[in-house]
Amino acid sequence: MAILETQELTYTYSVGTPFEKTAVDHVDLAIEEGEMIGVMGHTGSGKSTLIQHFNGLLKPTSGKILLDGKDIWEDKSKIRDVRFQVGLVFQYPEYQIFEETVYKDIAFGPKNMGLDDAEIKRRVLETAHDIGLSEELMERSPFELSGGQKRRVAIAGVMAMQPKVLILDEPTAGLDPAGRDKILEHIKAYHRRTKNTILIVSHSMEDIASFADKILVMSNSKLFCYDETVKVFARSKEISEIGLDVPQITKVFEKLKDRGLDFGKDVYTVEYAKNLLLKKLRGGTANC
Amino acid sequence: MLRDITIGQYFPGNSVIHRLDPRFKIVITVLFIVMLFTGDSIICLSAGAVFTFMAIFFSKIKLKMFVKSVKPLVPFLLITAVLNLILVNSGEILWRWKFIKITDEGLNISIFMIIRIILLIMGTSLLTYTTSPITLTDAIERLLSPLKKLRFPVHELAMMMSIALRFIPTLIEETDKIISAQKARGAEIDSGSFKNRARNLISILVPLFVSAFRRADELATAMECRCYNGGDGRTRLRQLKSAPRDYIALAVTILFLAASIAMGILFK
Repeated sequence: MAILETQELTYTYSVGTPFEKTAVDHVDLAIEEGEMIGVMGHTGSGKSTLIQHFNGLLKPTSGKILLDGKDIWEDKSKIRDVRFQVGLVFQYPEYQIFEETVYKDIAFGPKNMGLDDAEIKRRVLETAHDIGLSEELMERSPFELSGGQKRRVAIAGVMAMQPKVLILDEPTAGLDPAGRDKILEHIKAYHRRTKNTILIVSHSMEDIASFADKILVMSNSKLFCYDETVKVFARSKEISEIGLDVPQITKVFEKLKDRGLDFGKDVYTVEYAKNLLLKKLRGGTANC
Repeated sequence: MLRDITIGQYFPGNSVIHRLDPRFKIVITVLFIVMLFTGDSIICLSAGAVFTFMAIFFSKIKLKMFVKSVKPLVPFLLITAVLNLILVNSGEILWRWKFIKITDEGLNISIFMIIRIILLIMGTSLLTYTTSPITLTDAIERLLSPLKKLRFPVHELAMMMSIALRFIPTLIEETDKIISAQKARGAEIDSGSFKNRARNLISILVPLFVSAFRRADELATAMECRCYNGGDGRTRLRQLKSAPRDYIALAVTILFLAASIAMGILFK
């Protein structure tokens, strides 16, 4: 059964004013448990609005969101529990940090869940380890840390609630390449360990190609497609028509195909391309 | 939620009211306020009411938006009305209960006060609804410029006002975001016990202050990068020019003011 499902989900901003705008338009989706999903879409395509529905921060104008088959808005007083099960990390999450120490800030979510101190401590340390924050940092003020570290503290703050579904809105925006790789590696490791469902919004096709089992594409407030990574990147023409891109390496291999060098496979990571090329070279000309 | 705040909001448009010179609009608004406060009976207010609705009609902004601007002040209106009802003791007694008595004069005054405040809010909302904050501060700077002779820092005041106005929507958006982020971590902000809510307020205020200071810092650097060094010798991008319609509008306003005063004298 799908862990997260939307039915005819529609959301309109500022109903009845001159600024009225439908940001999410009749979206039907079913996300299976344990998947790692890349979410892409232009700025203003409705992806940020869509993900804020998954944990009940926004209430749909019409339509439904089902978590484990249950409508999350069925009982309004239970909406906080939904937020513990579907963790949402916003863009630039380091701006939400407020506590005096890193430990306290990560503990904010678990504390709100009403857990006991021992369990909170276990979770905070476990999450800090998962995201690559050393234990010495725990008693430091989060405001003294570097940008990348702050970002990881903020992500840990949501991870520590151990949500069944973790959603990250551009977790690597504004970081240097090293910081970006580090965060993605840690998220991937977390996924391997917990097998939780993860959605990551990203504008980097290379990043998405490196982690995603499936890709969700939003365009013009509508769900453009939701499919396996290979299948989505195979539609490179349509993807570029809506103003998005496929990974550069995929484009290289498409050009090669146009020139008659067909590898018969869809390539979307550099690693895979390397292996494919080496195999071809070794197989073709053994003396080389 | 916070998005729905309409105070200081501007609705772009091209109506007659939108095109009026902002300096005249400010003067007209001041005269309008005088108009509302000269009369002391409901009849006097009718001039103000006609004036308000006429202006709203010409602005082509939906009446709904004005109702919305009054909404947040409803509790304040109710308190004013109740206090007037209870505290005015003169006139004929209509109803009494223990030491509380309601008189016809009290009833009159409270209805009068409510109408006056509603008109006041609607009329002044019209100014911000139809004038962009930037032109508004421009106009204030021009209107106050005689004070420069008294060494009053008019330009600095106007600059501070435009920066403050410019950042209201930004800070509202920021607050919205921080609230959402903390809610996503299970903070109870619009539900839960009072103690919890008060504690969770810290989780919003700290990041908000941090970001406000960061923004102020960035803005100061950006202004210095563009060689801003105060108002001396600065020329303006938008020259304010008055047109015949501005004088007509002013004349109409003065006419209404006179009518309101005249009615006040006639119906004493």
